[in-house]
Amino acid sequence: MIWAMYFAVAVLLTAGLYGVITKKNLMKVFISLSIMETGVNLLLITIGYIPGGTAPIENGNFAKYVDPVPQALVLTAIVIGVSVTALALSLLIMYHSKAGTLEYKEGMKW
Amino acid sequence: MRKLAGIVIAGIFFISMMMLFYHLPASHDLSSNEYYYRNPINGSVANESIPEHYIKYTKNETGAVNAVTAIVVEYRGFDTLGEVTVLFTAATGVSFLLSLAVRGRKREEANLILKEGSKLVLPFILLTGAYIFIHGHLTPGGGFPGGSVVASGFLLMMLAYPKFFMKDRISWFESAAGTAFVVIGLLGLVLATSFLQNFIPVGTPGQLVSAGIIPLIYIAIGFKVGSELSAIVNKMKEVQG
Amino acid sequence: MIEFTIMAWILALLAAAAAIYAVETKDLISSAIAMGVASLVVSIMFLLLQAPDVAITEASIGAGITMAVFVYAIGKTGRWEE
Repeated sequence: MIWAMYFAVAVLLTAGLYGVITKKNLMKVFISLSIMETGVNLLLITIGYIPGGTAPIENGNFAKYVDPVPQALVLTAIVIGVSVTALALSLLIMYHSKAGTLEYKEGMKW
Repeated sequence: MRKLAGIVIAGIFFISMMMLFYHLPASHDLSSNEYYYRNPINGSVANESIPEHYIKYTKNETGAVNAVTAIVVEYRGFDTLGEVTVLFTAATGVSFLLSLAVRGRKREEANLILKEGSKLVLPFILLTGAYIFIHGHLTPGGGFPGGSVVASGFLLMMLAYPKFFMKDRISWFESAAGTAFVVIGLLGLVLATSFLQNFIPVGTPGQLVSAGIIPLIYIAIGFKVGSELSAIVNKMKEVQG
Repeated sequence: MIEFTIMAWILALLAAAAAIYAVETKDLISSAIAMGVASLVVSIMFLLLQAPDVAITEASIGAGITMAVFVYAIGKTGRWEE
C-alpha cells in the first residue's frame, strides 16, 4: 500500500513540475502548482503512516497509532494553500485586465 | 523543443523520486531510537520519542481524545495562530486586489432543481460543519475541516443563486473570531503561566465539555476559516473580468 | 489487507491519470475539474492512510473550494489555452 502512495506522489509531483516548466499560460502554471501541493501533502502523510496503525484517536482498544504530527501539519497547510492560491489568482485577474493576455511576456510593465 | 526538454527533466525527476523513496527508511515504530529528541545545548537524549509522548500523554495532559487536535491547538497553538494570520493576510490581499477591478456582472439564473435542492440541503451542510468543529476534540475534525465545510455550503448557495452575496458584515465574524483566539491566549498568560496555556479544568476525557480551552479555540478557528473562505469565494465571484 | 493494497493502486492510477490530464488538456475548465478529481481521489487515499481529519479537509477544500476559485477565475480571464 505504501508503494501505491509513493507512486501517486511521484506522478503528482512530476506532472506538476512538467506543467510548471513547459506551459506558458499562467493559469496552467497555477493549476500545476496546485497539483504539486496535493502531492507534497500526500507525501507527508505517507511518511507518517505505520503499517497496522490506526488513526490517532484514543479509544482504548488499539495499541498502535500512526504518527499524529504530520497530520497536524498537513491539516493547516491545506487551508493555507487554498487562500494563497486565491491570492495568486486575484493577481492573475488583475494582470489579465491590464495586459489582455494570460501569457508571461518579457519586460511587461503593468 | 521546450516540450522535449520538459519531458527529459520530468523523467529524470520521476526516476530520482522513486529512487529516493526506495532508499527512504521504512516506516518505524514510534518508539524507535531515531525519533528521540536530542537536546541541542548539552547533547542529552530524552528517553521517549516525540510522537510517542503525544500519543501516550495527550489524554492526561490536555483532556482531548483526538491527538491531532491536541497537537494543533495545544502543543503547537502558537504555530496555529501564525497560520490563521497567514489566512487573514491572504484574504485581505484578495479583497484589496479585487476591489481595484470592476465589480458586478449579470448572470443567468440556475435551474429550478438546483435552486430548490440547495435551499433544502443548506441547513444540513451548516449543521454538519458546526458538528465537526464543536466535536473536534472527540472525533476526527475540528476548526479547519468544519470551517471549510461551512464555506462549501455557502459556495453551493452562490452557485444556485446568482444574486446571493455575503454582506460585508461577515468581516465582523472574522475579526471577532480572531480576537477571541488571541484573548483566550492572553487569558492563559494571565491566569496560568504562559500564552495559550490551558486555564480551565480538563474534565473527563471523552465528554463534550472537556479538554479546557481546546473546544473554545477550535470554535473560534471554525468561524474564522468559514467566514474567510466564504469571503474569498464571494470576492472571486463578484469581480468582472 | 490485500484489498486495501488493490484499492490503493486503483486510486493511485486514477490520481495519476487525472493529474496528467489536468496538465495536458487545452481546455482550462476541464483542467481545473481534473485537478479537483485528483484532490478527491487523494482524499480517499488519506482515509486509507488513517488520517480522517486531513481527509475531511482535503475533500471539502481540494475538491470544492479550490476548484470553484479556479473556475471563477477562468470565467473572468478566458477558457482556452492557445
